[in-house]
Amino acid sequence: MNFWNDPLKVAADWLLGIFTGWGMPEIAAQILIGFLGILLLITILMVLDIFLVWIERKVVSRFQDRIGPNRVGPFGLIQPFADIIKLLIKEDITPGGADKVVYNIAPMLSMMSVLILWAVVPIAPKMLGVDLNIGALYIIAAGAIGTLSIIMAGWSSNNKFAMIGAFRQVAVMISFEVPMLTMLLIPTIFAGSMGMGAITEAQGEVWYVFLAPLAALIFLIAAIAELGRAPFDMAEGESELVSGYNIEYSGMKFGMFYAGELLHAFTFGGFWSILFFGGYRFFGLEQVNPLLAIAVLIFKAMLGYWIIMWVKYTLLRIRIDHMLAFNWKFLTPLAFALLMVTAFMNALLANTPSWLYISGMFLSNVVLAWVALEVARSYSRKEREKVEMPKPVVEAAHH
Amino acid sequence: MTGEQITFLVVAFATLGSALMVVTTRNLIHAALWLIATLFSVAVIFALLSASFLAVVQVVVYIGAIAILFIFAVMLTRKDMRDQSPQLNKNWWVGALLAALTFGGLYALLQGWSGLSRTVADIPSGFDAVAELGTELTSFTGYVLPFEVASVLLVAALVGAVYVAFNPRSGDIRK
Repeated sequence: MNFWNDPLKVAADWLLGIFTGWGMPEIAAQILIGFLGILLLITILMVLDIFLVWIERKVVSRFQDRIGPNRVGPFGLIQPFADIIKLLIKEDITPGGADKVVYNIAPMLSMMSVLILWAVVPIAPKMLGVDLNIGALYIIAAGAIGTLSIIMAGWSSNNKFAMIGAFRQVAVMISFEVPMLTMLLIPTIFAGSMGMGAITEAQGEVWYVFLAPLAALIFLIAAIAELGRAPFDMAEGESELVSGYNIEYSGMKFGMFYAGELLHAFTFGGFWSILFFGGYRFFGLEQVNPLLAIAVLIFKAMLGYWIIMWVKYTLLRIRIDHMLAFNWKFLTPLAFALLMVTAFMNALLANTPSWLYISGMFLSNVVLAWVALEVARSYSRKEREKVEMPKPVVEAAHH
Repeated sequence: MTGEQITFLVVAFATLGSALMVVTTRNLIHAALWLIATLFSVAVIFALLSASFLAVVQVVVYIGAIAILFIFAVMLTRKDMRDQSPQLNKNWWVGALLAALTFGGLYALLQGWSGLSRTVADIPSGFDAVAELGTELTSFTGYVLPFEVASVLLVAALVGAVYVAFNPRSGDIRK
């Protein structure tokens, strides 16, 4: 058996043999195997999610010059299980005046919006849920469901802090969706397909981060904003909103939001690596064995997740009007300009040798980034002059 | 009945049921949430028809943008906008009669239509509907002109909205 070359297919064929042996029609067996595959993927993700709690706590403690969980089990590895038991046995509270059905659906939707993203993640060659040819748009559609879950949580809690938090978060998510979608189009231009599998396969020669470093950076910023993590965490804003949209949630319902956020961060680390760092590709390592390819993808996703954590625990929260101005007046125009430049350069350099194509793309990105920074610098200088200018003394109108 | 027909019937009833809830529920936020359920079911119908691009665009545009803006607008208004007046007036039977007649007429008309009994042609393998759509929208033999005209119309609407909201004297958006 070539189990080590394609374990999923071998397992599926084996199960199909068993199920049809029981007298099940083949179509029913196929559907059942499909469901089992989904169950397996989700179970693996949820178990991974438990360890993400540990990773997050360990990493944040290092950034803050602490040790982090280290008492329960080796390196504190059993700590997340203790956390889960605590969350499960906590009293499950639904606040008075809350909209019960909406209140209870919101955490589920939040988790679901993250899990459905994995349907299009190519975890190894030929190993992905569905090779949607609209994978990039699918990511945005799943994000729309995440937005919906937050607004539902904020509204149904019957709490003003939750409501303000939801407002802020939705404003952020809707605005940063624009540069994110634009940046998703740049790998699409290079690969000629929106499918995540095709985008990964097309990065055999060069990772797209070398073709479009600026796009990778903008995508990362937009992803952090979509996640609602610092410096864009005004939805939670502990110092002003206590905890934001999830303030009324307790026990495992809060746990769903928390776990969903962690898995979301990891997932966007994964998408960052798929779109710009070659996904499961690593100098032919993915051809050796699919399990090795999965390991490469997880490693790259963890690296992306680590960068997201690094940003979160280093930067301060930006004020909401600054953040929206940053998005609409700087990031979105820059994203559109980059998309136009990339499309133009792609058409211009289509039939040139690859070294020229790569260096042309890279240089156009660098030039555009430099121009954008110059524009921002001159604007900020003008603003600073306006503030520093001595104000004319105004006579009080009525003494 | 094939599996596809069963799926279609379930989704169709979900669409109609949630659409009915949109107009009958008294809580505005609930109406918006039911509207989202309706729009999502329509996306599922698109997916059943192998129109994956339309299905995802339906979710992105209608749920991700329009429905969310509905909820935003409703949430910014008074907390409880429940209308306590009766939902039907004394002419309800005229409306019901018209609806029943329209349904009966359509049913009678479609009985003689050959399209109802036709089965869907199989999509050839390797047929990329999104690529076809993209080529059609950008090729000069296709729909590049209507596509661009629609874009210009949308940009004009956007600029117009900003102009209407912008107050040149204070240099600020009108409250």
